[in-house]
Amino acid sequence: MAKARKPKLAVWKFSSCDGCQLSLLDCEDELLAVAGSVDIAYFLEATRAELPGPYDVSLVEGSITTPHDAERIHKVRRQSKVLITIGACATTGGIQALRNFKDVDAFIGAVYAHPDFIDTLAKSTAIRDHVHVDFELSGCPINKEQLLEVLNAHLNGRKPNVPAHSQCIECKRAGTVCVMVSRGEPCLGPVTQAGCGNLCPACGRGCFGCYGPKETPNTTSLAAWLANTQGLSQRQVRHQFRGITAGADAFRKESEAHD
Amino acid sequence: MSAKQKSESAARVVPADGLDALIRALARAGYTTIGPRVEDGAVTYRPVGSAADLPLDMVDEQGGGTYRLRASKGAGYFAHVVGPHSWKRYLYPPRQLMWRASRARSGFAVEAPEPAADKLAFIGVRACELRAMEIQDRVFDNGQFTDPGYRARRAAALVVAVNCGRAGDTCFCVSAGGGPRVEDGYDILLTEFPGKDHTFLVQAGSARGARVVKALRGGRDAGEADLRAAQRRTDAAAKAMGRELAGDAPQVLRENLEHPHWQRVAERCLNCANCTMVCPTCFCSTVEDVTALDGSHAERWRTWDSCFTTDFSYIHGGAIRRGGAARYRQWITHKLASWHEQFGTSGCTGCGRCITWCPVGIDITEEVRALAARGGRK
Repeated sequence: MAKARKPKLAVWKFSSCDGCQLSLLDCEDELLAVAGSVDIAYFLEATRAELPGPYDVSLVEGSITTPHDAERIHKVRRQSKVLITIGACATTGGIQALRNFKDVDAFIGAVYAHPDFIDTLAKSTAIRDHVHVDFELSGCPINKEQLLEVLNAHLNGRKPNVPAHSQCIECKRAGTVCVMVSRGEPCLGPVTQAGCGNLCPACGRGCFGCYGPKETPNTTSLAAWLANTQGLSQRQVRHQFRGITAGADAFRKESEAHD
Repeated sequence: MSAKQKSESAARVVPADGLDALIRALARAGYTTIGPRVEDGAVTYRPVGSAADLPLDMVDEQGGGTYRLRASKGAGYFAHVVGPHSWKRYLYPPRQLMWRASRARSGFAVEAPEPAADKLAFIGVRACELRAMEIQDRVFDNGQFTDPGYRARRAAALVVAVNCGRAGDTCFCVSAGGGPRVEDGYDILLTEFPGKDHTFLVQAGSARGARVVKALRGGRDAGEADLRAAQRRTDAAAKAMGRELAGDAPQVLRENLEHPHWQRVAERCLNCANCTMVCPTCFCSTVEDVTALDGSHAERWRTWDSCFTTDFSYIHGGAIRRGGAARYRQWITHKLASWHEQFGTSGCTGCGRCITWCPVGIDITEEVRALAARGGRK
């Protein structure tokens, strides 16, 4: 029997810190299984060897922040049967989307000795805003278990188990005491998608919203509670929603409502 | 055997250190002892090795969306009421393996593990929590359907109940149809008498409970006066309930399935599912299949689920309950009204967890009242 051709996997980087690509290398034991199941055709962080496209699965990290990015993502899309975005940058614009609320030229003028060398877009945007995306895996960084699950599901032709429900469900299943109720800690858990393994609440901190908005997030109600009952100022409420996933629609709108 | 005979056969009043002796005796009898402990600012149910692990002289102050512990000298070991955990965590774990399968030479070899039923002793089970277990019995082991794992764990668990001497600010067991007094369903029942002469009334409710109680040293046999004193403790708690559920809640809900108030609740409801996770009777679950990358191995896991998610009501073509109004209505009408038709009981024990642990303090008793007051009741 002829051996079936292994699917070709490519990993692409746009504006990002590389942390999500590292999650793939961080798979350790499972990495060998991944390498056995796919041909790693393009993954500069891991190997200089480059195989030409088309690719069966492309993982895309990072947001679109330059005219060059905006052009390149279309080339990636054209070469990819399935395009999966990984991480907060690729799915929401990332921490660099904080500039979307300010004047980027003012930043460039203040930071660079030769602003004319800098060619950047006014906004940092998610990959979805530029090309069709087949699946979005959120997180800052992504959870390696979830990444494996997404790859695995695609390779085995099934739907990934990546629930869109709240962080609270993850906390409650784990038995973590709610930091909002037991100590009045502001927490985005009730409007944030689960997946991180309730890292912050388990350490007594409120959720920062790294995994972006959950399905049907009621940010207005949470913001009202933070302001009226927990005594946060308008500025503090704004900053709650203006973090790593500030560019996600639901969080952006809520932070703008407190401008 | 009548309750009186039972209590006379094994009812003792022991000094406070008898609690420690009791926990150690259960451990010697092969039980893993689970009880209340202070953890991250709340009383949770975790393994306890001795009475020193219990929240001595700690009182909880609860309200809609808020919970704080404070020290209260001389309050005793069980002065707190219920916290974010319930015994559901142990009888119906949040994550259970249903089966695993491996690719064989032809087809699959499927293996369903025997459900583990460790000998657990639950220490400090309240009357509302015993009711919650009885309600979940009707769901998981009702003659028509049996969840073998639940049944095995429930049968193996030894229950050391405790009468509440205090009611919390979100407690409403009296109006939910129960009461703070433990009537039945326990192996051992404790009533704490805190203060200078700190003692426990220890009553046996089963043969295995009686064996443990009879082996307790020190103290004395209990008499009528001790039982009356215990009654006074629970009577005082019954009079101090922080909340009250309207008696006609099922009718109010049934008659107001279409009402503008649902939208007002939805404006506050976060769809976060905390109420269902902390509820000691909510039993919904989902299953997830996981596969090995090379397709050689698969597992099916069952996990706690909630009617507050979009996925929960997803069928071909989309989700039925897309927003907070439909989801909150589904939850409260099931819990307080249609549960009666389905299981012959209300699904609510009045423990108040859904009020306290709702991040925005939505109050089940208040929502029923609001529906009734806003012209709902004919």
